[in-house]
Amino acid sequence: MSNGHFGIHGGQYIPETLMNAVLELEDAYYHYKNDPGFQEELTELLNNYAGRPSLLYFAEKMTGDLKGAKIYLKREDLNHTGSHKINNVLGQVLLAKRMGKTRVIAETGAGQHGVATATAAALMGLDCEIFMGKEDTERQRLNVYRMELLGAQVHAVTSGTRTLKDAVNETMREWTNRVADTHYVLGSVMGPHPFPTIVRDFQSVIGREVKQQVLQKEGRLPDALLACVGGGSNAMGIFYDFIEEPGVRLIGCEAAGRGVDTAETAATMATGTTGIFHGMKSYFCQDQYGQIAPVYSISAGLDYPGIGPEHAHLYDTGRAEYVPVTDNEAVEAFEYLSRTEGIIPAVESAHAVAYARKLAPTMGKDQILVVNLSGRGDKDVAAIARYRGEQIDE
Amino acid sequence: MNKLPQVFTNGKAFIPFITAGDPELEVTEQLVYRMAEAGADLIELGIPFSDPIAEGPVIQEADNRALAAGTTTDKIFAMVARIRQCCQVPIAFMTYVNPIFTYGTERFMKNCRDVGVDAVIVPDVPFEEKQELLPFCSTYEVDLISMIAPTSNRRIRKIAAEAQGFIYCVSSLGVTGVRRELSNEVEQMIKLVKEVKDIPCAVGFGISTSEQARQMARLADGVIVGSAIVKIIGQYGADCVPYVVEYVRSMKKAIE
Ligand SMILES: Cc1ncc(COP(=O)(O)O)c(C=O)c1O
Repeated sequence: MSNGHFGIHGGQYIPETLMNAVLELEDAYYHYKNDPGFQEELTELLNNYAGRPSLLYFAEKMTGDLKGAKIYLKREDLNHTGSHKINNVLGQVLLAKRMGKTRVIAETGAGQHGVATATAAALMGLDCEIFMGKEDTERQRLNVYRMELLGAQVHAVTSGTRTLKDAVNETMREWTNRVADTHYVLGSVMGPHPFPTIVRDFQSVIGREVKQQVLQKEGRLPDALLACVGGGSNAMGIFYDFIEEPGVRLIGCEAAGRGVDTAETAATMATGTTGIFHGMKSYFCQDQYGQIAPVYSISAGLDYPGIGPEHAHLYDTGRAEYVPVTDNEAVEAFEYLSRTEGIIPAVESAHAVAYARKLAPTMGKDQILVVNLSGRGDKDVAAIARYRGEQIDE
Repeated sequence: MNKLPQVFTNGKAFIPFITAGDPELEVTEQLVYRMAEAGADLIELGIPFSDPIAEGPVIQEADNRALAAGTTTDKIFAMVARIRQCCQVPIAFMTYVNPIFTYGTERFMKNCRDVGVDAVIVPDVPFEEKQELLPFCSTYEVDLISMIAPTSNRRIRKIAAEAQGFIYCVSSLGVTGVRRELSNEVEQMIKLVKEVKDIPCAVGFGISTSEQARQMARLADGVIVGSAIVKIIGQYGADCVPYVVEYVRSMKKAIE
């Protein structure tokens, strides 16, 4: 990687107004990355505030039921605020504070990244404003109220398709409006350099822990890692320490929505083409003229028309594989894990669980499969009920 | 022949921006003819994009209207080819990098030369990424316009040193839109440019009134107005032409 490029992907395709801010961020990041005081403070927060290390749980009943590979779940759902998003947010908000910023802004899809950002801002005493697609504020009303409880101001974005992509647009616009005192806490391994690298590094704690934990429990590395992919941060986080381990398959699970042969999908690798958007060259769902497609998934956190540039590169080189998982498969996996293991996964994470149900039976009993359970599913209960035709008041 | 050099030879330049295809391409074509007659020195034609991140609500809505009317990059090229049969006003495309990249950057720039587009302005291609476009711009003699912003500071020198055509000075933080107050850093920004290179500077983002235009024209070689015109188009739709013409005429007069 050089200058924020991963193969042909990545880069810094943003307005001139923001260039100084991202260059400043890059400098600060590389400075604090090697600063023992900063790293110590971050580790302290991760361990004693967020609850790391997260468990690597042997899903014995699921393993027995699927009659194949041994299945482990990486329990990012047990982190404070209920998802992996907190790993990145604690790092970025701490960095913002060290940089002298007094205000953070962020986009959010499902609300998990917004909740995590609002949480870290409350803890560290920064002002916080969250941009969320109007449609998502309706799908995830509880998270909106949560963010407000945490002291953040939530803006419902009414432009475009009113989902995650538009929330990113609006947060970028706000950043150009007020950049001097404000840090944009980007929520995934996407956007202009250095964000894909920063977010990946802050999330890579997931994979480092998995490596240690699985070696301790099994004395060997796993055969495959599964993670859902929106922008791709929980997936990059678990993949990163295994990229140089060729025996470990890396598999990203994309949201296929109603199916990759329909227009109602968000499966970027399956249906997208190379483009340049949101600051990066990568794969995007778009038409022949480069108009970004209105994508769809039941999962607000995966409802995004692009994917981080490092994933695009892992795909190009064949190092990682990407598979589409439909709404229906994800909902069934959501219910399956709840019943089988007593764990209600985020509907995002349920996409990875769904693929595990297909993959595990094709693997040997001596093989090991690790599924990144990126978040917990409390936020999704009402939406899943709706999907099953039941109306629940939140 | 690239027509950019003539833009700044007729006093201070007035540069209107409109989104191509808003509300439909027939209206855009008429607007180009009539704005040229009314004194526009360069016309910026926006190629609509689904997600224009440097744009405020007024131009976002214009992009939506144009896309909803079925406007495509190919139809815009065809319109410019028609315009060129009878009107030689300099034209710059303003769009985002994705519509260019996805169309095929080489094909895009070749078409620009073939139909007679003189320059491209691409707000999400900063200095660091200009190699994405520049080789093809050079081959097909399309100027790639550089932008500087109130946050550019020390970057201004290196941007100016390699700039071509003219420099687009972003007069305020934030996205495009009508503003009551403009940044007071424009004078300093232009001064820095001119220290490095003798290249025209046009100021844009936020200008709407003739008083603002006059004030900016005292500092710069040209004034760019987008949202104020697009607002008129939004208000009058297909009947907008005389209103826009009247506005362009008054603005050109204000800066003379
Ligand atoms: C629980 C959970 N998992 C996954 C994602 C998708 O993001 P990423 O692909 O960056 O991990 C989200 C996003 O909101 C999420 O909330």
